[in-house]
Amino acid sequence: MVHGVTFLRVRRLVLTTVFLGAVLLVVALNRGRPDERGGAGAAPPGFSLRDVAHQAGIDFVHHAPTLDHRIDNVAPLVAALGASVSVSDVNNDGWPDLYFTNSRFGFPNALYLNRGDGTFVDVARSAGVADLNRPGEGVSMGAVWGDYDNDGLEDLLVYKWGYLQLFKNLGNLHFKDVTAAAGLRQWMNSNGAVWLDYDRDGLLDLYVTGYFRSDIDFWNLRTTRIMHNSFEFATNGGKNRLFHNLGNGRFEDVTDQMGVGSTRWTLAAAAADFNGDGWPDLFLANDYGPEELFVNDSGKRFVLTKAGLESDSKSGMSASLGDVLNRGRLDAFVTNISERAYLFQGNNLRLNFLPELGRFQQGAEGVIADAGWAWGAQLGDLDNDGRNELFIVNGYVSADRDRSYWYAMSKVAGANGNVFEDARNWPAIGSASLSGYERSRVLVNRGLAGWTDVAAAVGVTDEYDGRAVALVDLFNRGVLDVVVANQNQPALLYKNTVRPGNHWIGFKLVGTRSNRSAIGAEVTVDAGGTRQLKIVDGGMGFASQNDRRLHFGLGSASRVDRVVIRWPSGARQVVEHAEVDRLNTLTEPPSAGAVP
Amino acid sequence: MTAAALGGGLRGRSRTLWARLGEVDPRYLVSFLITLILVVGEARYGILGGYDRLALSLGVCVATELALARLVGGRSAALQSAYVTGISLALLLKPRAGLLWPFALGAFLAIASKYVLAYRGQHLWNPSNFAISLLLLIAPGSVAILSHQWGNHFATNAVIWAFGLLIASRVRVLHVTLMYVGCYLLLAAARSALVGTPLLAEVAPITGPMYQLFIFFMITDPRTTVGSRRGRIVVAALVAVAEAAIRLAADHQVAGLGALYPAPPILALAIVGPVAKLVDLCAFFHNPRRSP
Repeated sequence: MVHGVTFLRVRRLVLTTVFLGAVLLVVALNRGRPDERGGAGAAPPGFSLRDVAHQAGIDFVHHAPTLDHRIDNVAPLVAALGASVSVSDVNNDGWPDLYFTNSRFGFPNALYLNRGDGTFVDVARSAGVADLNRPGEGVSMGAVWGDYDNDGLEDLLVYKWGYLQLFKNLGNLHFKDVTAAAGLRQWMNSNGAVWLDYDRDGLLDLYVTGYFRSDIDFWNLRTTRIMHNSFEFATNGGKNRLFHNLGNGRFEDVTDQMGVGSTRWTLAAAAADFNGDGWPDLFLANDYGPEELFVNDSGKRFVLTKAGLESDSKSGMSASLGDVLNRGRLDAFVTNISERAYLFQGNNLRLNFLPELGRFQQGAEGVIADAGWAWGAQLGDLDNDGRNELFIVNGYVSADRDRSYWYAMSKVAGANGNVFEDARNWPAIGSASLSGYERSRVLVNRGLAGWTDVAAAVGVTDEYDGRAVALVDLFNRGVLDVVVANQNQPALLYKNTVRPGNHWIGFKLVGTRSNRSAIGAEVTVDAGGTRQLKIVDGGMGFASQNDRRLHFGLGSASRVDRVVIRWPSGARQVVEHAEVDRLNTLTEPPSAGAVP
Repeated sequence: MTAAALGGGLRGRSRTLWARLGEVDPRYLVSFLITLILVVGEARYGILGGYDRLALSLGVCVATELALARLVGGRSAALQSAYVTGISLALLLKPRAGLLWPFALGAFLAIASKYVLAYRGQHLWNPSNFAISLLLLIAPGSVAILSHQWGNHFATNAVIWAFGLLIASRVRVLHVTLMYVGCYLLLAAARSALVGTPLLAEVAPITGPMYQLFIFFMITDPRTTVGSRRGRIVVAALVAVAEAAIRLAADHQVAGLGALYPAPPILALAIVGPVAKLVDLCAFFHNPRRSP
């Protein structure tokens, strides 16, 4: 009997020890791996970034919109959008220029012309693309460049909370507002747009995303029922619109005809041929809902396709494309929200297995999944080693550091949709922050070893409320620099210094049968046993557009084995001896073979 | 058949169903309710985020219960409790992407707590309440709790509340549910007046799924509440008061209490519940004529 009691006590002691051990294990696992924390164990990064915006003459500061006083209680939340940056060589001098949007009445947008000597000058006012933020016309939210009339000059589409504006590039750094003549004078509350040639007729079409409903005028609100009606499955957002380029300077709204009028609060769109059928599809990152893939059916219509995205409802902010695993395939990275103890949505790395499995596979975990309240992101080879890094900006509202709105927001998040659809029912944010002062993430791609956050190590320590990121070789040095547009805060220009030794190759594509900008062209490079694929984007990430020129790091490979270009027209071109460590300009040949 | 006769027939039939419901073992009704929530939520909204989460939490709960009941409990395993706990954890825990350990360790800690954190053979915490509270407090970088609605649709809410109240009534814990809900609403109105926030914003949380699971499966857990009906009512009110205190602290951003803000009701119960149970058990052992 005594023996039995003792034995039971021993068992209880063992159980208590195991119990305490489990508690300690939870604490240890919560701390994560050292490399996830950006600590020891990871190899030093092969590049460094330094903000040179001021030295370069870029002193742009974004100003958020001021809205109708009826929604003052949530104004900092609603007005937390509008900082954007897009890249284009507007004067064809071989030096990429930058366009930043502002979002408050009376505050101008900026077009920074690259002087080629490391400095920039704002020519927006003289060019006619500065004073776009006016009462009755709305405020700018972003811009995308594309040569819609194939005249060899990049034109500008500015999407707004207000009327869209299309500017034709007249050359000599002058632009003409052709919105009305183009049939595009539509009021939308948009936060994204992408140029694409969905019917492969050689003319750039335009897809503009709607965020808030288009019947909302934020300066003359007729109702405060303007918010989403679900935190996970909202469908009461603005309607996305597809405009078909008719070729005579006019566009036709073909949204319903083509079946792409999603009302899911789309924040970002990216276009690419995900399923390899030769036609550009549309990938949408939606706030308060699942991502959507509209597969292009031979330019005749788009089909909303179940591709493993529909059951994963989050808060999609940005859609960036890149060949993450060097498979010669475009994957999609979508940012979302993470906040300690409140919400771990996690970013999505949608690995593209559409051709084989008909779906994307989730590939995000660890540092790549958790980047705070993440906004814009871009995939690009920052160290020229042949693999894509990830630059992610984040932070929503940075105000009082000691006050957080997370608890207050969690109250309404539990309500029925018709409660929080009305902005009046939201607790006042006052001076509180919401995921404020978050640092950017710079994730180095270690291949099968995963990703490592090296932001601090490479010199990225800002805590601004980042929105848009663009990657561009600003100084024509064969490295990708990083430009960041911050909400209500100064823009940043991170100049990249790459450790010597790695080679690179660049391509500037000029379409002939395809659209002149070559938007949608895919380039595959085989070098040193590694394959890489990149696409010329007509808008990618969140409120951003990268350098039209494609940059490939090659690592130690001093030659490329083969370059294959798939032009938007469907033509396929093979280049056998492209020169490394330089930019190659390739013009679409008139008789290249067709893609099967 | 006249309308009156038809009405009488239906009423009679309802009474029969009601009576039959009363004959069902209460544990099965509770299991049915959480299964209903799981099935409806997963079918309509994909609430789980992966069946591996459910399999892991449910599997570890059941395995731990079987093992510990045999090794140290000296009693038959409470599989129904493990079942409810496993599903509760799968529904309520929302960890960082790709993490499965919170389900495994949470499930183990939940069931093991019944054997380790006990007084005179009775456990003090509701198992899932304990595990979730512990994870939120010591692993906030990895674990969050379900904080928003599944779809934010009234119909889903109405179905769950209707079944929940019905079953709470048959399980004879409706007084706990109603007391807590009543106190919550009163205190929400008081907080709204005090803080100046919209009343709907203060009432809103109780319509969410976290509260559904909290009200129907945690605060009403007969094994961890006090013995007397009056005592249970008082405890429910005290939990609501503690929760209101946490919420007021959150509204005023009181430094040092931030860990409590993501899940006020869960943590309020984790604080009040065991103290009340302990006091009740002590009182019982001093005066055994009282029912524990």
